Amino acid sequence: MKFEISNATIEVEPLRRALMSPGCGGYTAFEGWVRDHHQGRAVSGLHYEAYADLARAEGMQILAEAEERFGPVRLACVHRVGDLAVGDLAVWVGAAAPHRDEAFKACRYVIDELKQRLPIWKKEHYIEGESAWVDCERCRAAGHGRHDHDHAHGRHHGHSVKAGKTA
Amino acid sequence: MQLRVNYFAWLRECAGCDSESVETAAATPAQLWTELDARHDFATERRHLRVAVNDAFASWDTPLAEGDRVVFIPPVSGGQA
Repeated sequence: MKFEISNATIEVEPLRRALMSPGCGGYTAFEGWVRDHHQGRAVSGLHYEAYADLARAEGMQILAEAEERFGPVRLACVHRVGDLAVGDLAVWVGAAAPHRDEAFKACRYVIDELKQRLPIWKKEHYIEGESAWVDCERCRAAGHGRHDHDHAHGRHHGHSVKAGKTA
Repeated sequence: MQLRVNYFAWLRECAGCDSESVETAAATPAQLWTELDARHDFATERRHLRVAVNDAFASWDTPLAEGDRVVFIPPVSGGQA
């Protein structure tokens, strides 16, 4: 099992090859790409920030859970951090197993759990020049994206900055 | 005692630094949060956050010890299935 947080472009082919094994007859992978829109706003790029020490530990834990659930699956995952452009590969999960059913199930389990549990945060840069942290309740309260609960927001927090400025 | 606190994402932007050394009498992460929120005015509620002590998820009433590394964890970015 391999789990990495990387600030370099993810090279898929070596990862795929490393999962090959004579006992595996099925392989599947999931690729998460940077999308050009989010909740109606045009996105020009993303910045991912990770609490890397905890993310690695949590990532390995998720891979171990998948193996426990779905048997002898060979798993690998790489998650990008840093600045990404539209179309860039942000996360890759590969699963190889004796039969395809376990490979599909394990791959799905890993990406779903990663999304919920990894301490990684995404800041979107919008075409019109603003930036906002995704799923930040204060960004929502400030009028970016969904606003699904009341939240006092009396001042500017400096977390919505003009594109090009990084904190 | 002295603790090391790390900040990420918008908490980092609020604090104006990615880590700081804190001299405190706080016995738990909950008490430490109250103290640091008063200083930095994070303008969020603790219930939106999780906490890690020494790079492992922890509960808000975990006893803290000299030299511990504490990280307050904003909601992760997730994504729609």
